[in-house]
Amino acid sequence: MSTTISTARPASASAGPAWVLANVATVTGRNLRRLVRVPTLIVFATVQPVLFVLLFTYAFGGAIRPPGVTRYIDYLLPGIWVVAIAFGASQTGVAIADDLATGMIDRFRALPMARSAVLAGRTAADAVRNLFVLALMTAVGYAIGFRFHAGAAAALAAIGLAVTVGVTFSWFNALLGLLVRDAESAGLAGLLAVIPLIFTSSTFVPVATMPGWLQAFAKVNPITVTVDALRALCLGGPTAASVWHAVAWISGLLAVTVPLAVTRYRRTAT
Amino acid sequence: MTSGQAGVAERPAIRAEGLGKRFGRLQALAGVDLWVAAGAVVALLGPNGAGKTTMVRILCTLLRPDAGRAEVAGLDVVRQAAAVRRVIGLSGQYAAVDGYLNGRENLRMIGRLSGLSRGAAGRRADELLEVFDLADAAGRTARAYSGGMRRRLDVAASLVAAPRVLFLDEPTTGLDPRGRAGLWALLAELTAQGASLLLTTQYLEEADRLAGTIVVIDVGRVIATGTPAELKAQVGGDRLEMQALPGDDPAALAAALDGLGSGPPALDNDSGRVVIPVAGGPGILPEVAARLAAAGLRIADLALRRPTLDDVFLTLTGQPGAPADSADGGDRAGRDGQAQAGLPPSGGTA
Repeated sequence: MSTTISTARPASASAGPAWVLANVATVTGRNLRRLVRVPTLIVFATVQPVLFVLLFTYAFGGAIRPPGVTRYIDYLLPGIWVVAIAFGASQTGVAIADDLATGMIDRFRALPMARSAVLAGRTAADAVRNLFVLALMTAVGYAIGFRFHAGAAAALAAIGLAVTVGVTFSWFNALLGLLVRDAESAGLAGLLAVIPLIFTSSTFVPVATMPGWLQAFAKVNPITVTVDALRALCLGGPTAASVWHAVAWISGLLAVTVPLAVTRYRRTAT
Repeated sequence: MTSGQAGVAERPAIRAEGLGKRFGRLQALAGVDLWVAAGAVVALLGPNGAGKTTMVRILCTLLRPDAGRAEVAGLDVVRQAAAVRRVIGLSGQYAAVDGYLNGRENLRMIGRLSGLSRGAAGRRADELLEVFDLADAAGRTARAYSGGMRRRLDVAASLVAAPRVLFLDEPTTGLDPRGRAGLWALLAELTAQGASLLLTTQYLEEADRLAGTIVVIDVGRVIATGTPAELKAQVGGDRLEMQALPGDDPAALAAALDGLGSGPPALDNDSGRVVIPVAGGPGILPEVAARLAAAGLRIADLALRRPTLDDVFLTLTGQPGAPADSADGGDRAGRDGQAQAGLPPSGGTA
């Protein structure tokens, strides 16, 4: 025991971007370990995405004939990416609320670490998880007929954009978790927040098939905007306008949720 | 409360003046002063709801006080919060470890986030796992740990960065007697090395075991401060607890032992219990037996026990140390059945 107390403290350079990044990397590592150890997270990252691809393709695919595609899976996959990512992001609110309840956030807040690292590390781990989810869904999609039609660069851009959409969902759910403070409520709130948006968007059906009053909303729905951009990158056709539109939405949402969440984290329980 | 490292013009580990904190209508702290010399061990003793955790959270920069000021190692907890975090270790009321990480991963993570290099964090983790008797469990996820192991890992995590001032909020709550004894032994070793420690507890015995100074707080105020010996002298030593036979009058027991106690007896007519403070320890028992026999009295049960937090409160405030809401009181009784046994429902001393 004699060495326990006497160990010299580190001369920690607790400032600067390198320090922040090191903190974020540590928290990311924590969450990546959890991703492969927490059963619900594994299900959200594997079973659910595969089920989504297969169920929606075979249940809806026979009835829905969107214009511009020969197979429904070509239309569906970019939309279902967003659904899987959005549902998976609800687990971020659960985890943050859980960290509050178990005292982990207190422990982190009493450490000399970057104030953004707990949330940024969680959302960074989510981004890694989402890369895996996207690859898995795309592989299953390929097996049942999906193809990228606009070339490798556009396909990579689509994956990149989808990951960025996921980061936005994650920050939104992190904020929810901090506000709701109860794990089950946070998970439910995360799902309830996106389910109406998903079904009033172009995710499953073309907006043109909706009644007029709903079309007005569906056209400006951020989910429609991002799914349309992903679809353009996967299927070809004019992409610039829809992609910039999606990037504007994503930037706007991040510009609001990130500072709100970090401020909330700093002030939690004061 | 003597300084562990005399000679150096050291700042006190903790200095708080007039700390106040209100949550809505609840005045959690109402002007608390606290002084912990460098190297000293101080226990904050009080029931649930007394303000112990609020005090610790303010000193650890987790809460801002509404009134007063506080310094930890000479650093202001509000204006120099970031610097304070570099010199403290905190083990909160719940064992805050990640159940999905194993013991080593938990400690390494805290080490990295405290500014240790990768190698130093790994070495420190292994060192602490050894000290806290967790080396064999280092590779198992903390979910599989017993309550005592989780608590040891939690306290180990608070020591990763070799803090100058350590805060332990109810470190043995929820532990079984064996786990409690094990942690006490570890903490005693720790404090023998000169760490400054503020711990909170509901157990007088725990404060007695570990601390050089006990600060008793109740509804946000300090109601007594002293060494364990001073406090126990004030409380009047051990407690002789007797249970009258069903239907018998406990007052007769108290009358038969008149003058034996170091303070007035406390009677509970409903339960038939008598509690008498006694100074002499077990040596008094033959006299108790002789007097009861002489008076022709029989009893259901008799015990000599150490004073509890409730006895302290009974003596200091004339009321049992029940918090504002009874749910907390029930919780307390559940954790330590002895603590509530044999106490009258309202003030019994005068």
